[in-house]
Amino acid sequence: MNTVVIAWRYLWSRPLSTVLNLFLLGLGLASMTFVLLMNERLQRAFDRDLAGIDVVIGAKGSPLQLILAGVFHIDVPPGNIPLAEVRKLQAHPQVAQLIPLSLGDNFRGFRIVGTTADYVQHYQARLGVGALWSAPLQAVAGAQVADRTGLRPGDRFVGSHGLGGGGHAHEQAPYVLTGVLAPCGCVLDRLILTSTESVWQVHEEMHAGTDGLDAADREALAADREVTIALIRYNTPLAAVTFPRRVNADTTMQAAAPAVEITRLLGLLGVGARVLEGVGLVLLLTAGLGVFMALWSAIRERRSDLALLRMLGAPPGRLVALLLAEALWLAVLATVAGIAAGQALATLVGYALQAERSITLAAGLWPPQLAAVPALALLVAVLAALLPAWSVYRADVALLSDER
Amino acid sequence: MITTRGLVYRYPGGAAPIRFADITVPQGGVLRVQGRSGSGKSTWLALVAGLLAAHGGALTVAGTELHRLDGRARDAWRAATVGWLPQRLALSAPLSVRRNLELVFFAAGLPVDSAAITRTLAALDVGDLAERRPGQLSGGQAQRVALARALLRRPRVILADEPTASLDDAACAAALALLRDCAADAGATLVVATHDRRVAEALPQAAVLEISSEIGQYPA
Repeated sequence: MNTVVIAWRYLWSRPLSTVLNLFLLGLGLASMTFVLLMNERLQRAFDRDLAGIDVVIGAKGSPLQLILAGVFHIDVPPGNIPLAEVRKLQAHPQVAQLIPLSLGDNFRGFRIVGTTADYVQHYQARLGVGALWSAPLQAVAGAQVADRTGLRPGDRFVGSHGLGGGGHAHEQAPYVLTGVLAPCGCVLDRLILTSTESVWQVHEEMHAGTDGLDAADREALAADREVTIALIRYNTPLAAVTFPRRVNADTTMQAAAPAVEITRLLGLLGVGARVLEGVGLVLLLTAGLGVFMALWSAIRERRSDLALLRMLGAPPGRLVALLLAEALWLAVLATVAGIAAGQALATLVGYALQAERSITLAAGLWPPQLAAVPALALLVAVLAALLPAWSVYRADVALLSDER
Repeated sequence: MITTRGLVYRYPGGAAPIRFADITVPQGGVLRVQGRSGSGKSTWLALVAGLLAAHGGALTVAGTELHRLDGRARDAWRAATVGWLPQRLALSAPLSVRRNLELVFFAAGLPVDSAAITRTLAALDVGDLAERRPGQLSGGQAQRVALARALLRRPRVILADEPTASLDDAACAAALALLRDCAADAGATLVVATHDRRVAEALPQAAVLEISSEIGQYPA
């Protein structure tokens, strides 16, 4: 019977105290795990959806709102921008690619986005079934949309005005679904994509009412066409200095740099994360004290056992190893429980966000930072065991057994 | 064989040192260590077991000069040489009888010899109790298990500290007879520290070491 086995048996000789200590330690570690995982998952989600987008152009207003609405589709855009202005930007020598996005409608809460095929290629999304749109009023659904709404290629559906559910239904201009994208783990999973012309057509039909549109009306509407947002990739990194400043100063639009805004957002979220980390650390400290008390009382309860082991020839170091092994068992069990609970909680939050049609978080992540959790558990356990171990090491057998 | 010469021990923070009488007990002999409670009987046993280091004098047990060994060496020597039967038996409550005996090998840093455990328990008529916990044993059964633990590695010295303290007359006689027979079978020197007068009647041939707080007397 080796040290680890004996330590295990001694640990479970006081089941209530062991379970309580495991609960406390596990709770602290679960908090740390949750914070680490959520930080990592949010960072990855932002990095994934922002990849290759240098600047976002939209109506003047909050730049963060523009990024959240235009890149992550979790906020309302500040307004629309004239198509003519966007075309000028597209022709700018510092612009390598411009992807227009036209928002305004939804289907059962999922946003319908008018754009070009470049948007699909930008995220390297693949078609699961069917084909991309090739004409106005054809659409492609993201994987999550298809899963939640049951839309299949060939189905017809009607968009509703607005970005949430419950708006005016565009009955006069139904869409036909031509394809469903394979899951990409990106923002496209929860969007319905169509051509920019589709969005214009749906809204022009709505304004036409029952009398219809004549050629003059159509020409006037075409001149006033707008998009909501333009995603831009630069030709040169130097553009980051001059391009947004020029847009903000010389046009009625605003240019928002996603990297800057997301850093600001993560800074705001970081306050909450630090609070959670603080709570986790307090829990760990409490757990450390609990482990210390448990080991200290275990020594008192087991004075005769420890004395006997010394009588049987065990050197003091072996008794210390036994006590440390007991603390390490607690650390190992609490680590497993804490990481499992933290992962489960992070997964639940991911599902909740998905149900809210919010940002998609990657599941089952094991970032390297997670190594801090067992390290912290070991540190707490060893620190808690140090004083009891030292007292065992120093006590002579007569003191341990209370006999002379 | 146990030989002591001018043995002195000083308690940590204590006042005057305790000086023990010289004694020689041949290998396989029996020694009764007696004195009132608190006189230092357990301390003398701890010195002979190498648990404590004497502050003066010479102590030779089973051919080893303990006063020349450091603590680690004394621990290793004790694990190989001494069988211990403590007053309160000190059976570990959360462990089964078999696991309690496995502690002997754990303490010595050796792999468990399951066959030896089975054999020793059987020899003491407690083989069928191997999977029980100490709380499920009668007083007599627990004493046999503790004795099995003391005899497991065929020690050359058996130290019994107040082995009859809580026993009635019949159990006392049976326990001492068992102890004496087992020690004789193993060829071990048996030392019984006690202030129980019944031990003197049961072990009439034993040498006697009288311990007082200042000086021990060895009458023979």
